[in-house]
Amino acid sequence: MNIEQVRTDRAALGELFALPAVALVIAIGVAEIVATRDAVMTFHAGLLVLAAGAAGLWLLLRRMGGRAGEHEAGYNHAVVRAGVIASMFWGVAGFLVGDVIAWQLAYPVLNFDLPWTNFGRMRPLHTSAVIFAFGGNVLIATSFFAVQRTCRTRLAGHMAPWFVFWGYQLFIVLAATGYLLGVTQSKEYAEPEWYIDLWLTVVWVVYLLVFLGTLFKRKEPHIYVANWFFLAFIVTVAMLHIINNAAIPVSWTGTKSYILWSGVQDAMTQWWYGHNAVGFFLTAGFLGIMYYFVPKRVERPVYSYRLSIVHFWALIFTYIWAGPHHLFYTALPDWAQTLGMTFSIILWMPSWGGMINGLMTLSGAWDKLRTDPVIRMLVVSVAFYGMSTFEGPLMSIKAVNSLSHYTDWTIGHVHSGALGWVGFVSFGALYCLTPWLWQRKRLYSLRLVEWHFWISTLGILLYITAMWVSGILQGLMWRAYNSLGFLEYSFIETVEAMHPFYIIRALGGTLFVFGSLIMAYNLWRTTRGDEADETIMHPEVASASALAKLPAE
Amino acid sequence: MTYESVTSFAQIWGMFFFIIVFGAVLAYALWPSNRDKFDRAARSPLNDDIIED
Repeated sequence: MNIEQVRTDRAALGELFALPAVALVIAIGVAEIVATRDAVMTFHAGLLVLAAGAAGLWLLLRRMGGRAGEHEAGYNHAVVRAGVIASMFWGVAGFLVGDVIAWQLAYPVLNFDLPWTNFGRMRPLHTSAVIFAFGGNVLIATSFFAVQRTCRTRLAGHMAPWFVFWGYQLFIVLAATGYLLGVTQSKEYAEPEWYIDLWLTVVWVVYLLVFLGTLFKRKEPHIYVANWFFLAFIVTVAMLHIINNAAIPVSWTGTKSYILWSGVQDAMTQWWYGHNAVGFFLTAGFLGIMYYFVPKRVERPVYSYRLSIVHFWALIFTYIWAGPHHLFYTALPDWAQTLGMTFSIILWMPSWGGMINGLMTLSGAWDKLRTDPVIRMLVVSVAFYGMSTFEGPLMSIKAVNSLSHYTDWTIGHVHSGALGWVGFVSFGALYCLTPWLWQRKRLYSLRLVEWHFWISTLGILLYITAMWVSGILQGLMWRAYNSLGFLEYSFIETVEAMHPFYIIRALGGTLFVFGSLIMAYNLWRTTRGDEADETIMHPEVASASALAKLPAE
Repeated sequence: MTYESVTSFAQIWGMFFFIIVFGAVLAYALWPSNRDKFDRAARSPLNDDIIED
């Protein structure tokens, strides 16, 4: 019996055993619907029943059609394709909501005086949509792609990767609808309530098992460094998620819960979580993307593999301590604040080591920056990584933080990292993945990638420069005293002063959304196998390749 | 156990812990016999079209 047959038989058995699990989830959902008096819980339990029902129906139809255990041979690319589509969808949605709330800040009338469209509910919708829905899907897709290929073995599990994908989408829908309906823990980046957290925990553990299972059956002696970053991201996020969401529900049939920690301990746990969401979700995970996709696209090995090892260990050992810099001048003990500041400054070194490693991978191939806008996107993302990891330690110095904290400077800093680094490295990876996964010769249009690149770069620059000005302005106005020792400005005067910059920021956001729409169109045409005629775009390349065809002298 | 004794213990041994870990990482990364393994690993994303099982 060959290996494919064994694999199919085992997968068919797995599909059979999945049916009782589906039945159990449906039973829990129905029990909640019957027992609860909370309208949102009814709605969410209904969604759970629908999702589990769809999964059960899919399993039954395959069984009856005699297709149980069926799968594509070789690498598991199907689940990565789904991840690319989901990433693009949530990306556009999340950027759009972000731009809407940017306009709301400039023109409060856009809140429409409705609870569901209020800034307070829309903001977590935006942050979760871009970080967890867009970023999370990009990370799941790219990690699933990179781990099986660098291990030269098919992704572990038959249904498990699909459970991770669809389970994660369900988490996103539950969280997002919960926010709009007013269900929240009020913890930054950890807003979902207890039952959504439990669901995410299940999904995340399966994600970890799929990843570990693939590493375990690898055909390469050494685990490639990108996988180290992905693994650190998965393990650490699991730890952060569980500890920061240690909450006790008021009842098993209600949405409300209370966290175990209180006071400054809760604040410290929250920002230990919050900063490492940045450090391990938005940094370590996306560095995994950098270490796989930059060498792959440039067709050169990473500049220094040894540096990448030092980068990895230095980064993960340092990041975990930096959280207290979110709580300067609060009830947090001074020693903890100083510890957070010190480690934040130390972090500058591993960050820049990694940045240099990424950038120098292009050495000897810098010309590709001119000819391949996808590489330009990846390289600019690494440059933004360098910039925001310089700005971060700077803002973590207590004296600087006394000016910058609670102001728009922080918002600008976050977005130079989020739009510039996370956004662009994800765009670069998605532009790489789409032709590879749908087996197309190339992207539909490189010219449209150029448009996307320049429009989005302009948008980011408008965004971060506007926030620098308004943030520093705001900070200086807050601390201005007159000769009698009274505050110089009222709060509303600072809000008025920031208005022009809010408009510039919202315009920058509009450009970024527009760029992502161009990208979605380009990727959609690529999947259909269309190719735009673009020989005219790079006449110098066309003539160079004509020269190359001449016989050697 | 006073606050001072805990902080001095944490500061001194924390520093040694980090120095030792960093030294171990450097040794692992720079160990001459690991060179071939790392060179091969560095090329692994470049020729990963062939699945080996």
